[in-house]
Amino acid sequence: MNLAAQLPVLPIITPLIAAPLTILMPSEKFGGRAPYVWATLVAWAAFAACAALLHAVATAGPISYHLGDWAPPIGIEYRIDLANALVLTLVSGVAALVMPFSFRSVRAEIDPRQTSLFYAALMICMAGLLGVTITGDAFNVFVFLEISSLSTYALVAMGGRTDRRALTASFNYLVMGTIGATFFVIGLGLLYQATGTLNMADVKHQLAGDNNRMVEAGFAFIVVGMGLKAAMFPMHLWMPNAYAYAPSVVSAFIAATATKVAVYVIIRFIYSVIGIEFGFIEAAFNYLLMPMAIAGMFFASIVAIFQDDVKRMLAYSSVGQIGYMLLGVSFGTEQGLTASLVHLINHGMMKGALFMAAACVMLRVGSHSISAYAGLARRMPATAAAFILSGLSLIGAPLTVGFISKWQLLAAAFDSGRAWAGFLVVASSFLAVIYVGRVIELMLLRPPAPDAAGVKEAPLSMIIPLLVLTGANVYFGLNTELTVDLAERAAHALMGSAR
Amino acid sequence: MEFLTFFVERYNYWIFITLMMMGLYIVIARGNLIKKLIGLNVFQTSVFIYYISIGKIAGGTAPIYVAGDMEKRGHEGGHDGAPAAALPGKDPLGQGAIHADEGLSENFGFAGNDLAALTGGAAPPHGEAVHSLPAGGANDILAAPPVTIGDHASPISDAARAAAEVVYSNPLPHVLILTAIVVGVATTAVGLALVVRIREAYGTIEEDELEAADHVAEFGESPAQARGAA
Repeated sequence: MNLAAQLPVLPIITPLIAAPLTILMPSEKFGGRAPYVWATLVAWAAFAACAALLHAVATAGPISYHLGDWAPPIGIEYRIDLANALVLTLVSGVAALVMPFSFRSVRAEIDPRQTSLFYAALMICMAGLLGVTITGDAFNVFVFLEISSLSTYALVAMGGRTDRRALTASFNYLVMGTIGATFFVIGLGLLYQATGTLNMADVKHQLAGDNNRMVEAGFAFIVVGMGLKAAMFPMHLWMPNAYAYAPSVVSAFIAATATKVAVYVIIRFIYSVIGIEFGFIEAAFNYLLMPMAIAGMFFASIVAIFQDDVKRMLAYSSVGQIGYMLLGVSFGTEQGLTASLVHLINHGMMKGALFMAAACVMLRVGSHSISAYAGLARRMPATAAAFILSGLSLIGAPLTVGFISKWQLLAAAFDSGRAWAGFLVVASSFLAVIYVGRVIELMLLRPPAPDAAGVKEAPLSMIIPLLVLTGANVYFGLNTELTVDLAERAAHALMGSAR
Repeated sequence: MEFLTFFVERYNYWIFITLMMMGLYIVIARGNLIKKLIGLNVFQTSVFIYYISIGKIAGGTAPIYVAGDMEKRGHEGGHDGAPAAALPGKDPLGQGAIHADEGLSENFGFAGNDLAALTGGAAPPHGEAVHSLPAGGANDILAAPPVTIGDHASPISDAARAAAEVVYSNPLPHVLILTAIVVGVATTAVGLALVVRIREAYGTIEEDELEAADHVAEFGESPAQARGAA
């Protein structure tokens, strides 16, 4: 058997098989190192497979992998083109950094008896997210989505050891997430009834621009369902608490990946499953996605300004950033789609780095309230530097990835004749200046709290992954070859497949 | 009258919509976490019913392979059937699913007949088993013309011949929903486990009391003040 031919399935089955094995490992012996090392190796293996896939797709074009050698549309197909290869690399890349990062933080926040369970759930979550991204079968999306969501509910609830509010946050997330997933299934049922197939490309082929009310209803259900999972503006209520009270490592992982994957699914369904030639898609862009995106950009950013909890502030900021991605999609142009994909990748990097910095502060100061950040630049210089750099990236300062996304988004707005949208993007960026600026000001200028005298820099096992991810924020801000060029090609391919 | 026909013909959808709305209402309106979960279950179950009802075919029997079936029908039900099962526009409301249930009781007779024939016993007299099939159903391809069987005691070979022409329901939605049911069970299990943990941590599972307790944790007010403020 040729391993290279089986490459597309490796990112999924590696963590999926590794996760149950993790449960067999001793949680408390060796200080919980066994599951930690195992999870790290698995995440690296998945990342290597995803990077190889990205390389293969970038050089040789889309890959179609038939599970069990059943040809699509009957069999399940994994279809990898540039768009999902980029998202796959993001998800596995964040996992490959979060896993080595996690050790000390997990030991501080998770019950030692649950260490192996924790890593198993984290791996299943990763497998689910990668599966959602890689699959070319619409129902498969739902299954993987629920695999990742169910493990996320458990992971969020594990924060209940330090703060019991994690339990209610997780319950709310479960209720909202299940409603979202069920809406998605209803939408799939309608599409299936209209076309008799579940393979994404085949649905597109069968629909062939044939418009009817059922496809419209199916589309509406899918967008609402996925909008719930992606924390699209009016449906974001589950998110701030879930991100704030989850264990720090979990926040860092899901904030950087879960909502991005849901946005990717929305893009995939609009372009590759339904196709944008339908009149109602245009209406959905103009009257649903765009207003909601803009409302989210402003509303969530304003709410973020008034948060006293840094993790919750970052969560609200995520809602606003999802708004930027959806705004790019809603332009309905290739450039808008490029901006959206670029921001999807870039936002994963910056939010991952910010939540990882918050995890370092949580470990050393023991709180994620904003007062814990006072005078931190002197106590934890590396963490503070990472937070500031990724914070600037979130604002969109030049030389960072945030600038690249904002630039793409502005160019797309002006080119599609929506200059006002461009101005709104800039205006909402000023709100980001305020909420990020608050924390930066505290870290740089305020004296540290008197009881924080013993606070020292986070351990190297955390600092190195954090600095790597922050470095990625700067590197991809200077060298846009990988992200922007690939995103442009991905957007071009999506546009091509949509017609 | 036309309206009534419209209404009655789509009764499976009305069941689905009613259940779905009831479920959603319970999730939103009830403060008790267990009741919320039950509402969520009702909501999910309504979707299961929707999927199952769209897989039903007039005169179709359970999609269980009977001996002799393979040679004649081969992959029709699987390979070529699913993608071409229905063309959009022709039948946006899936008429097949609606008419399907007319023959529900007879279908059981059908299945029973086959079984009796297979075991070599004399099939009970069944009369005419021909149902008129609607044109252009969601599951057209699968619905080959039904045959009259059971009018003579059949040895196995005859049964196989008859079985080869059996009309099957579309199994795919059923299989999908089996997966979804498993997901639903897992969701409920995780949800109930969370409720247990919440009860341990807070001493209550009423949403307003939980909110009051969280309010205290955040703003340092007593529950009474918090409730007054809310």
